[in-house]
Amino acid sequence: MKVAITTAGEDLSSPLELRFGRATAFLIYDTESGNFSRLDNTQQLNAAQGAGIQAAQAVVNAGAKALISGHCGPKAFQVLKMGKVDIYLAKGGSVQEALNELKEGTLETASDADVEGHWV
Amino acid sequence: MRTSRGTGSDMRIVLASGKGGTGKTSLAVALAETLPAPLTLADCDVEEPNAHLFFPNLGSAKKEPVELPIPQVDPELCTGCGACSRLCQFNAIIALGGSKAMVFPDMCHACGGCTLVCPAKAITEVPRSMGEIEEGFWEEGKTLITGRMDVGQAMAPPVIRKVLEKACGNSKNILVDAPPGTSCSFVTAVKSADYAVFVTEATPFGLHDLTLAVETIRELTVPFGVVINRSNGDENLVTRYCRRENIPVLLQIETSRRIAEFYSRGESMVKALPELRGPLLDMVQTIEAALTGGA
Repeated sequence: MKVAITTAGEDLSSPLELRFGRATAFLIYDTESGNFSRLDNTQQLNAAQGAGIQAAQAVVNAGAKALISGHCGPKAFQVLKMGKVDIYLAKGGSVQEALNELKEGTLETASDADVEGHWV
Repeated sequence: MRTSRGTGSDMRIVLASGKGGTGKTSLAVALAETLPAPLTLADCDVEEPNAHLFFPNLGSAKKEPVELPIPQVDPELCTGCGACSRLCQFNAIIALGGSKAMVFPDMCHACGGCTLVCPAKAITEVPRSMGEIEEGFWEEGKTLITGRMDVGQAMAPPVIRKVLEKACGNSKNILVDAPPGTSCSFVTAVKSADYAVFVTEATPFGLHDLTLAVETIRELTVPFGVVINRSNGDENLVTRYCRRENIPVLLQIETSRRIAEFYSRGESMVKALPELRGPLLDMVQTIEAALTGGA
């Protein structure tokens, strides 16, 4: 299974980034092979609006079935649900720590958006 | 859409500023009271219109809704092909992995593209309320049109366009009270004007935002000049900037407690200081001369 994790860094030791739509990048981690790739998100980082929707599409298109981030807004949540991506909320730490918590089943699952949209 | 520029009549002057709170509305109202009828004052500061506060008893006031056509997806017909989603530049309609299309109404700019591109004809357009406009006259031949966005709405340009459309339909001299800033709403209010008057104040903040507005309007190629409000002397940082940039300073209005007192009661600066009428008329003549002379 592929997992998307928000980060400003380059690898698994990088700190998790807490924002989703305007995250700097996603690491797409494959739980079977242990390999990962980096998916840049700077275009959305600078978008005037709709960053969450676009970022959610990018995660779905990357084939991820789970997302780990700090927060998730209402529009991104809907798009991720449509793409059948499970959403997990982490409080911080590194990407690797978040992946460990996911494996241990200690991460909180988001059953709804946990933050309001930014501009409505 | 420029209205017969250079004839001296049917001229559209927009009052803008960059920085908020410099006196756009005050000057727009003062001009509207000073210039001869017929004219229309178009309040395009649709997030917080306030010109109407100076005219509490409008005659024959009537309101009209402003609506945008936004897509509605028929789930029976939608095949989840994603054509709409790929077309939309605003992420307002999303269809992923064969799921049926989902609409985010507040992202939609109502271009109609998704409706056209849908091969299954699953999309119809339904009206979405953006705000309202109100029109009425405060004296013979002088009309106020106010645009007002719905609470929670984020897109001002559709409401501004409706105000301007209505004002153009009246086909008179039009004074436009523009929104502050230099974003889409400012551009929408300013771009089809014959002339823009930037109302600013002689402060670093006023100058900073004026500079941004000047950069923007030069892209739009609308001729413009500057009015310095609450000025404390002829020579200041804004006049120096204008000289350097070759921008005409049309008028300086000195700081006046009397203007502020009248303003606090909803009365205009020309009621406070009737002697301002002369300089205001001179200013409009200067603008007309600039437009006819091609200066």
